Amino acid sequence: MAAREIAPDTPELRERWGSFAFTAENKAKADKHIAKYPEGRQKSAVMPLLDLAQRQVGADTDTQGWLPLPVMEYVADYLGMPIIRVLEVATFYTMYNLAPVGKFHVQVCGTTPCMLRGSDDIIAACKKRGMKAGHVSDDGLWSFTEVECMGNCATAPMVQINDDNYEDLTAERLDVVLDALAAGETPKAGTQEPGRHTSEPAGGPTSLTEMVTENHDYRGDW
Amino acid sequence: MLEDKDRIFTNVYGFQPWNLDAAKQRGDWDNTKDLLSKSQDDIIEEIKASGLRGRGGAGFPTGMKWSFMPKESKDGRPSFLVINADESEPGSCKDREIIRHDPHKLIEGALCAGYAMRARAAYIYIRGEYIREAETLQAAIDEAYEAGLVGKNAAGTGYDFDVFMHRGAGAYICGEETAMIESLEGKKGQPRLKPPFPAGAGLYGCPTTVNNVESIAVVPTILRRGASWFSSFGRENNKGTKLFQISGHVNKPCVVEEAMSITFEELIEKHCGGITGGWDNLLAVIPGGSSVPLVPAEQIRHAHMDFDGLKELGSGLGTAGVIVMDKSTDIVRAISRLSYFYKHESCGQCTPCREGTGWMWRVMKRLETGDAEPEEIDMLFQVTKQVEGHTICALGDAAAWPIQGLLRHFRPELERRIAERRAAMQEAAE
Repeated sequence: MAAREIAPDTPELRERWGSFAFTAENKAKADKHIAKYPEGRQKSAVMPLLDLAQRQVGADTDTQGWLPLPVMEYVADYLGMPIIRVLEVATFYTMYNLAPVGKFHVQVCGTTPCMLRGSDDIIAACKKRGMKAGHVSDDGLWSFTEVECMGNCATAPMVQINDDNYEDLTAERLDVVLDALAAGETPKAGTQEPGRHTSEPAGGPTSLTEMVTENHDYRGDW
Repeated sequence: MLEDKDRIFTNVYGFQPWNLDAAKQRGDWDNTKDLLSKSQDDIIEEIKASGLRGRGGAGFPTGMKWSFMPKESKDGRPSFLVINADESEPGSCKDREIIRHDPHKLIEGALCAGYAMRARAAYIYIRGEYIREAETLQAAIDEAYEAGLVGKNAAGTGYDFDVFMHRGAGAYICGEETAMIESLEGKKGQPRLKPPFPAGAGLYGCPTTVNNVESIAVVPTILRRGASWFSSFGRENNKGTKLFQISGHVNKPCVVEEAMSITFEELIEKHCGGITGGWDNLLAVIPGGSSVPLVPAEQIRHAHMDFDGLKELGSGLGTAGVIVMDKSTDIVRAISRLSYFYKHESCGQCTPCREGTGWMWRVMKRLETGDAEPEEIDMLFQVTKQVEGHTICALGDAAAWPIQGLLRHFRPELERRIAERRAAMQEAAE
């Protein structure tokens, strides 16, 4: 299992985050999440609320965001849960960042299907740019994590950077994506293979070819 | 080969929009009320007759699973449908395509399945890393609510049914049904002991059925075209169509819907442009996602890609996430990387798994370079046997099986590495 620890509780941390509260927009989102669960089961919403909180911290710090202890306490309070239950959740699930991260969190999949398609090169390309696990680059732009299977195996290798996936990568294609992000641009997400749409065989689908050009209704052939 | 007219997921590649209007043009939500005019038991019988087996890996008959749900609530507890969209098994990437390109098939399926098992609501548990996919799914759910297809008097059936999405946050174990329920309740995703089974006491202690995305999303089409249509594909006991996901060393990796029981060779030749370097270059295949043992090249080529065909080869269909490895593969590293995966994803609850996955990974890591004693191969096998079957959930088994498959088929390779390293050490010493 992955042992994960929270950032130390310091006066500076309290000073910076002690007054954290959801924005009006996030409060509305949080209440919408809570409403999905039956009466008295509002702690089911702890995961979406931690995600919202992490995103709000991210917006405040121009990073992907993380979960300082006072922020987790706010979520616990919001849901009427003991803080330890929130801590258990935050340390169990790997998408909650327990330490500050960069503006872009480069998460390279290194599990076997990606490894077979060259994820070693992708990881090497990240390292060449000075990225390493658990470290934010000096310019504050990059954090790096090798992650486990991201479910993009038919378009491997891939990275997820914040909310978007970049698939069918080579070291060169990754460099193009990272350079674009660093320059403040929005590179095209999804497959980076020229001419490929999503997970169809490269070069064009071997089935359902009508669908490429029109929203075909196959019921006529039933 | 399966004809396009018999493919269920016609927008699997997302060439066309996913939204409600486009989905309706493709035939989704077409008079759903009529589908649900049958009794709950008739729908369950239809699904049983179709031969649909769960698409999440275990292959349990879906209709039978539904029939375990209570027909009436004697104590006022509602029933729930939980849809497992926590697709995290290495090699599996099919549910993602359904969710982002054909989400209305899933939502309509949720309504049909929920009605059949008399559920009050469906929770779709989607893995946290599927961020854009979750945005699409939530937008599709919102569309369905707005059109009156779910919610109060869903699709005009007089039946109230809610569909909610719940995002995970990066834990493979939450794909295990009781861990998923724990996670939905706002806790760490650690599996529960069974019994009680979820159909008796699941989410919030209420009767619950957990089904895979693909199992649910095929239901409306089965109901429209009839059980006999679905069961006309595949061999006995292995019916229907299936999304296959081929990754690794093929010329064109892809996701494709095919008839069950298609042979491996046909699947690869028709859709994947062949094995890289040709069939003589094939080393081994993991046919059902990382948790099933690998099958060597000579056995897999003509194998039927279905539950029974792969079971006969000592492996399994799993999620039909087919990981192909050619002769350039460092097979020991390929498996040891999976061992690392299971070590990383063990929830830490049961000692054999928490300690065993780390132990097995460390030995595998040494076997990569031959830095081991020959006896350790047998010791490793024994440890896999001590983990397998001795944990609350199947993660322990899933960690053990890939290693057992490696030892079964590639033991000489392990011995060669150990001998080679020894010889090199000896030479260095002289």
